Amino acid sequence: MNFHAIKAIYRFEMARTGRTLFQSIVSPVLSTSLYFVVFGAAIGSRIEEVDGVSYGAFIVPGLIMLSLLTQSVSNASFGIYFPRFTGTIYEVLSAPVSYLEIVIAYVGAAATKSILVGLIILATAHLFVPLDIQHPVWMLLFLMLTAVTFALLGFILGIWADNFEKLQFVPLLVVTPLAFLGGSFYSINMLPPFWQTVTLFNPVVYLISGFRWSFYGQADVSIGLSVFMTFLFLVICLAVISWIFKTGWRLRA
Amino acid sequence: MSPILKITNLSKVYDSGFHALKGIDLEIKRGELFALLGPNGAGKTTLISIICGIVNASGGTVTVDGHDIARDFRAARAEIGLVPQELTTDAFETVWATVNFSRGLFGKPKNHAIVEKVLKDLSLWDKRDNKLITLSGGMKRRVLIAKALAHEPRVLFLDEPTAGVDVELRRDMWRVVRRLQETGVTIILTTHYIEEAEDLADRVGVINGGEIILVEDKVELMRKLGRKQLILHLADPLEAVPETLAERGLELGQNGETLVYTYDTQAERTGITALLKDLHAAGIRFRDLQTRQSSLEDIFVNLVKAPS
Repeated sequence: MNFHAIKAIYRFEMARTGRTLFQSIVSPVLSTSLYFVVFGAAIGSRIEEVDGVSYGAFIVPGLIMLSLLTQSVSNASFGIYFPRFTGTIYEVLSAPVSYLEIVIAYVGAAATKSILVGLIILATAHLFVPLDIQHPVWMLLFLMLTAVTFALLGFILGIWADNFEKLQFVPLLVVTPLAFLGGSFYSINMLPPFWQTVTLFNPVVYLISGFRWSFYGQADVSIGLSVFMTFLFLVICLAVISWIFKTGWRLRA
Repeated sequence: MSPILKITNLSKVYDSGFHALKGIDLEIKRGELFALLGPNGAGKTTLISIICGIVNASGGTVTVDGHDIARDFRAARAEIGLVPQELTTDAFETVWATVNFSRGLFGKPKNHAIVEKVLKDLSLWDKRDNKLITLSGGMKRRVLIAKALAHEPRVLFLDEPTAGVDVELRRDMWRVVRRLQETGVTIILTTHYIEEAEDLADRVGVINGGEIILVEDKVELMRKLGRKQLILHLADPLEAVPETLAERGLELGQNGETLVYTYDTQAERTGITALLKDLHAAGIRFRDLQTRQSSLEDIFVNLVKAPS
């Protein structure tokens, strides 16, 4: 293992985060606060409790997931796409680092940043609604697993993309709709039976459901299934990445 | 002594079908400065990119100090430093951070003394806290060299390092290169400025159309392929070359003030004695004479122009 290289790339990526610290922290705090004003206070006060939890508290896990998914994907995709775009990737490709080390460093840094954002949102939410986390260890585990999985997805995206438009495409047009429709703001039990079945094809449902379970002990789908689906998604991303590195697709001519 | 770099039957066909390298065989000796010359698109950068791990080879093998670049890529790449042709740097990093990053990336523990020395050698020490985006093109080029040297490589690739660089920086750079060579670093250089190769190189390789068409000791090459010219400065200008001398292939230069005779130094007879006799017979007098050895540039142009 080339630990010096992992450390170098990780620190480089975290320094990039550090330079945009203000934007990294203020923007999620602001958007979360807005969600709370709109959905929690204005509309939420007219909605009854969902699964025995006040609506304001109910949406907290979904809100965190929403940011976690989009942040992980965009951090990781940008992290690997930008050096490809500027050409500085030559240095990483010519260095004595294995693919595994490259992935650990880039994905680790992207996941770290989105976990920090997730925790900041959690702290912000705490200012608006009382939070009682029933399974804190599971909560952290889901947070980390989801961040890593979607950072892997972002890494794949950053290698696939050959322009900035494609880079924006997945977080905006795929991840955000899936998160909104995956039960961020509602329990899927509130949907008509047909749409409940359709929703089960949305992988994000399992992530949000499991994450919400760690807060309130309530879940749309069984916790075992949530854990299984999260791992399945992780394994799929890892398989795609190992294929990319094996063939050198889009990285090495 | 075993070669530091051994390339055997290396080929590269790009997805587009372009045959960039066609069975390259090349050995680079330890500690030498090897200049690789070739026109644009000849395969220079592809060759370097394969050795450094940026492009995958289609066939053949490369070993660096005995380490295969595919099977034993860690050991092979740890020995190599690469200064790429393009000026690609991160914008918002400082000089200090980016050079330390390179050292870490190549698996070396932090060593501020070494990074400091590299920066000082390249006159970058005063700029260490500057962000890369604020540097001029020449300074960025120095940073790329510093990054390539940060992990103390044994083999240094310089891919057209002096393209678009001012005279002062070029001189600085060659000073650094010579010093590196003195410490035993092997240097492989591609350049368009053939006078650089002529000044610096121990051996010269010429690549054209994806094939190595020549590898030769520089001095030997210039001796072998060098054509020489005898230039006679005439006492009285001529309007045309006299009929009696027509078959000698003389050219009239400088408004008829000089006569230029080109001859092959390797030929059994250079024809100089006979020429001088004929000139005497024709009553042509001259004030001065000089000879000129053709440069590496002339040799190079002749080589790549030759039909293959």
